[in-house]
Amino acid sequence: MSQFVINMLFVGASFALYFGIAVWARAGSTKEFYVAGGGVHPVTNGMATAADWMSAASFISMAGLIAAGGYANSTFLMGWTGGYVLLAMLLAPYLRKFGKFTVPDFIGDRFYSNGARLAAVVCLIIICVTYVIGQMAGAGVAFSRFLEVSNSTGIWIAAGVVFCYAVFGGMKGITYTQVAQYVVLIIAYTIPAVFISLQLTGNPIPMFGMFSEHTESGVPLLQKLNEVVAGLGFTDYTADVTNKLNMVLFTMSLMIGTAGLPHVIIRFFTVPKVADARWSAGWTLIFIALLYLTAPAVASMARLNLMTTIYPQGVEAPALAYEERPEWVKNWEKTGLITWEDKNTDGRIQLYNDAAPAFTPTAETRGWKGNELTVNNDILVLANPEIANLPGWVIGLIAAGAIAAALSTAAGLLLAISSAVSHDLIKTLINPKISEKNEMRAARISMAIAILLATWLGLNPPGFAAQVVALAFGIAAATLFPALMMGIFSKRVNDKGAIAGMLVGLVFTVVYIFLYLGWFFIPGTATFANTPDNWMFGISPLSIGTVGALINFAVAYAVSLATEAPPNEIQELVESVRTPKGAGGALSH
Amino acid sequence: MTSDQANAAAYWKANVRLITWSLIVWALVSYGFAILLRPMLAGISVGGTDLGFWFAQQGSIITFIGIIFFYAWKMNKLDKQFGVEE
Repeated sequence: MSQFVINMLFVGASFALYFGIAVWARAGSTKEFYVAGGGVHPVTNGMATAADWMSAASFISMAGLIAAGGYANSTFLMGWTGGYVLLAMLLAPYLRKFGKFTVPDFIGDRFYSNGARLAAVVCLIIICVTYVIGQMAGAGVAFSRFLEVSNSTGIWIAAGVVFCYAVFGGMKGITYTQVAQYVVLIIAYTIPAVFISLQLTGNPIPMFGMFSEHTESGVPLLQKLNEVVAGLGFTDYTADVTNKLNMVLFTMSLMIGTAGLPHVIIRFFTVPKVADARWSAGWTLIFIALLYLTAPAVASMARLNLMTTIYPQGVEAPALAYEERPEWVKNWEKTGLITWEDKNTDGRIQLYNDAAPAFTPTAETRGWKGNELTVNNDILVLANPEIANLPGWVIGLIAAGAIAAALSTAAGLLLAISSAVSHDLIKTLINPKISEKNEMRAARISMAIAILLATWLGLNPPGFAAQVVALAFGIAAATLFPALMMGIFSKRVNDKGAIAGMLVGLVFTVVYIFLYLGWFFIPGTATFANTPDNWMFGISPLSIGTVGALINFAVAYAVSLATEAPPNEIQELVESVRTPKGAGGALSH
Repeated sequence: MTSDQANAAAYWKANVRLITWSLIVWALVSYGFAILLRPMLAGISVGGTDLGFWFAQQGSIITFIGIIFFYAWKMNKLDKQFGVEE
């Protein structure tokens, strides 16, 4: 059986599973459509939230980022998990008690203002739309590599599949599909990692293998990796960073941003009780950690594997001849994600850090004329089974896993967008008398429109995918998270304070990002070059969300203290969300 | 203030105190051990590197899980103690 047929079988079987679940879990009411009827078991919800959260970025890109950056990119590991601690203690239980359907619902009611509701809807849509572009693009890459269709055909297939189960199943269909997707993606991620760990260290558990002895050389794996990369002019894999302030702020922005992402927050509205929301956050993190503890092992082992493939006799000896390159390099060359340019025409593949002045003399004595091999970070996880010479079915599994990661996140985002439009915009702000049936129709139509928009953006990527993700986290950190937290933890913050805080946080964050990455991301319009010397206090545009959040808090408190206290019924609302008692009744409205 | 209100206030105070301690641990393992205090922990070696590196790539995540489950367990006890459980 050819690899193509195997891939088709795996991806086809996973799609059949998702459709089956969608038919079984069709949503019959708005409550089922928005929050799966509020009856999802906390462990089930944890698994679904993990799939919802772990996107194409976690599955495909993260290990590659860590492999390239080493210790410095640990920020992603801590940032994308630490947010769940904030969610579990500062937001999830109280928002579950509040018992409505969407994030703008809470902000609009708590700050007794449709202006605040509208501001929340706008922030939510910007966050979710920018995020969903990456998912469509990720699915497109996976389809084009494994199913040998064009990138755009891949994106259309992805859109069609999401359309079927998200539009008909709503939150209920999405939840149970995400559980299946989690199982597919975690198996796909773990199996190649286990084999690679066994090959390199003899330890079957990658998270331990990473800190064990490298079988071939007899020294610890990370020490071996440090020696290899240092021998080619790269920074040590485990080297410390100098700009600690920026590392702290970047990690914090990812944490606060994660806790403020609407598609993650609404998942906690689906559990039956307040206590379940707390447990569910813990289960979510366990399911996420299964991947996140394996990812750094995949990163270090794949980097070492890549280096020893290119330098089979060690980094002092001549590099691999291009004619002898392994099959997986040839496969990925076809996609353009691995490129080789024989700069010194010796027919060998020199891979080294040609930007390090200290290494230049060594390179010159060896007759190297620049780095010749460019490997896109994103292929690391996808190429893992091929690098480790694993059987064809593992490659089919990786294909299904990558597509599951992209689709599950896309569906969650689309639900967040459609519920904000149909529930907050149409039902609350435009036509409060809309019938339940029509509201659900509006939700389905707005989801279909959101899918079309996401598909169009996926087909015509704005060319700044990495930057817009920074924007999504920055905005979530600087707007939604502080507004939600103050709404629960302060009785004094009023409508004027919350709106002022959100607006100032939004404008500050967006302007800082635009200053360095270009106004509205139009290339060439950046006011300052995006280099560490230019950053204010050494804070990169990716880390600015934390500062935006602090400014939001400060402005909201200052404005609230200068104006009148919120009315009594709002103070009572805050009292009521703080205690679990009586949450069951609150859901039906 | 009625006794109900006093009870709710005491419950909330206990919750905030628990959150504060949890967040101190949360910040200590991630921003502390993994980033700012890493040079201080450089002497403790773990599998070819140092303890700070382990906290940055694995230790902090494991601690986060512990914090959330501890918080959920403790809050369930507080809910019952103050009689505000569902």
